[in-house]
Amino acid sequence: MDFLERDKYAGHRAAAEQWVAANLRPEWVEEEHRTGTHHNKVLHRKLADEGLLGAGWPKEYGGTEVDPDYAQAVFQEIAHFGLRMDGWITTWMVASTILRAGSEEIKREIIPAALRGEAVIVLGYTEPSCGSDAAAAKTRAIRTEDGGWVINGSKMFTSTAHEATHVFLLTRTNTDVPKHRGLTMFLVSLDLPGVEIAPIYTMGGQRTNATYYGDVRVPDSTRVGDVDGGWGVMRVALVFERGSSTGRTGPTLAEQVAEYAQQHTGWDGTRLYDAPGVKEVLARSAIDDEVSKLLGMRTHWAAENGTMTGIEGATAKLWSSEHSQRQHAAFMDLLGADGVVNGHAGALGGLVEHEFRNSVVSTIYGGSSEVMREIVAERRLKLPRSRPAN
Amino acid sequence: MVDLAFSAEQNALRSAFAELFAKHASIERVRAAEPLGFDERLWAEMVAIGAPVLGVPESAGGAGASALEVAIVAQEFGRRIAPVPLVEAIVAANLLAAVGGQADLVGAIAGGDVLPSLALSRPHDGVVHLAPAGAVADAIVAFDGDRLLLSRRSGNRPYVPQTPNLASAPIADWDLGSDPVVLATGRAAEEHYAAAIAQWRLYTAAALVGLGQTALDIGVDYVKERHAFGVPLGWFQSIQHRLADVATAGEGSELLTWEAAWATDAQPERAPALATMAFLCAAEAAFDICRASLQYHGGYGYTLEYDIQLYFRRAKAWPLAGGALKPIYDELADVLYVKGTEVA
Repeated sequence: MDFLERDKYAGHRAAAEQWVAANLRPEWVEEEHRTGTHHNKVLHRKLADEGLLGAGWPKEYGGTEVDPDYAQAVFQEIAHFGLRMDGWITTWMVASTILRAGSEEIKREIIPAALRGEAVIVLGYTEPSCGSDAAAAKTRAIRTEDGGWVINGSKMFTSTAHEATHVFLLTRTNTDVPKHRGLTMFLVSLDLPGVEIAPIYTMGGQRTNATYYGDVRVPDSTRVGDVDGGWGVMRVALVFERGSSTGRTGPTLAEQVAEYAQQHTGWDGTRLYDAPGVKEVLARSAIDDEVSKLLGMRTHWAAENGTMTGIEGATAKLWSSEHSQRQHAAFMDLLGADGVVNGHAGALGGLVEHEFRNSVVSTIYGGSSEVMREIVAERRLKLPRSRPAN
Repeated sequence: MVDLAFSAEQNALRSAFAELFAKHASIERVRAAEPLGFDERLWAEMVAIGAPVLGVPESAGGAGASALEVAIVAQEFGRRIAPVPLVEAIVAANLLAAVGGQADLVGAIAGGDVLPSLALSRPHDGVVHLAPAGAVADAIVAFDGDRLLLSRRSGNRPYVPQTPNLASAPIADWDLGSDPVVLATGRAAEEHYAAAIAQWRLYTAAALVGLGQTALDIGVDYVKERHAFGVPLGWFQSIQHRLADVATAGEGSELLTWEAAWATDAQPERAPALATMAFLCAAEAAFDICRASLQYHGGYGYTLEYDIQLYFRRAKAWPLAGGALKPIYDELADVLYVKGTEVA
């Protein structure tokens, strides 16, 4: 056994730090917080122009000579700087799916455009009436006489759609078969007549969207995978949802709270750190952080060894998201009134309050805790299937 | 590179002990050993396979097993809730070998003439309160805050009546007598004892991981067999989801235990804190598993006839042999967050 994680990108760290220092601007972070849009056009363009987006991709689809490890190191430094790249993350996921499941025509059309930064693709799976049960999608795609398709329906949480060019749309093309067998995927241009984008604001500050599709006409060449074969494409796509890496680490939130608690007193004049129960909260937090790290490590290890069953990822996701929520709530209790204050006037510059808001969604997106528990119960514990069949 | 697989040798070690415990620590033997919690024949098997001196260096007459290997054995021990004080004996033997000058005693441990134990509380007026294996051990090592003391006795087991307890463990107060042997003093004594406590926490964590795994199997098997309202109990989501949660915590505690064991050799500066983390994590996870498994047995879970109660009682009691848990959380926080703090 060996638990030592070696830094795969160690040789590129210094260059990546230089890149960030030379190219990123602190006001972009402010802007991201103000607008709730986790995508920066200027940055995206710069990454594309320097070949960072195309690093590691096949030459025939626009791949560049840039070392993919260097590109990853830069992406991690960008995240460390405080900027999110949701637009690239979803574009990368969809382009990766198309590379495996798309026709040659659509591969040649969309992947080079994505790597040049011209195409930004968002996800259109979830609907107002179905989230965890994605295969229950109602958005309809119906064949037209000219061999194309007409699409009607709506999607929820199409984040970054207002900055994007395309949506990767899960649609129903057959209502006469079990739900998983009547789905088809399309890559739909967002500037087509009939597409509407409406903002949705969230408790964590992120802006997301509802998107509406009214008689949107698309040619058959926008289809990804077979007609009624959409669920197979989705299974490919969902694998890429779990691909995020941990990146470089700074002090943990627990370490920051522990330091704050040692430097500040509560309203009764005692040092926060010495207040009853505070040390236990901080110790538990360290234990649960370590377990989150180890369950994530096991998922990556299983994936690299080709022994991943899907249970490891579900276990890790369930634990780390539930722990994250418990931890943030406990830290809020620890900080008291100052922990509730937004931004710079608050304890730790509002960090805990901000993260507390964000942690709410961690047990929901990317597979809710209830779905994760179902995976563990059915596949790990081999308990009988409780959910009704179609 | 991260590698979470055991080596072929480690798997062979696991199999050897799994077979031994399956043969000599069946649930019937566990029940037969109640309430004292000590099976003399099983202890003889432990001695025969070299378990008490497993972690003692080869140069001192032991098997020289790594912490990870000892943890693997402790996990198998926990799976069978084997009625012998194996963890205390291993830690005491390691401590005596580390202190030095006790070659004869270590030899007697290897030969089965002496069953050693470790005091987990400080003696008061020369008496160790609720010493692990206090009713059956032939020797005990205690730390009084300055001196590392050795007390021995001879005769027949049990030496003193067991203090009746939740786990049916052979605990009893131990009078160190008027002239215990002083093994070490001052800083050296403190360091040896701190290392022993870290080991005890690590191997107890491993034992609790094993205990939790069997308790989970018992609960999962039961909810598959038992029907209510025309369906297996395990069909209900309320039951599925709680079992999924406790199974997840159990897996987390297992990984943390292996990491702590690995760190003993690979990252010694982090090892004591990791051992404490694994101990607290496994204590909670094992008990949560037992509580859920017992709950889903319904009224049967409360009866002595079903095995889950044997696990439930030990899951709560084993970690408490090392004292109240709340101060250990506080101590851990200081070690992790306050500069210059060492493990007590």
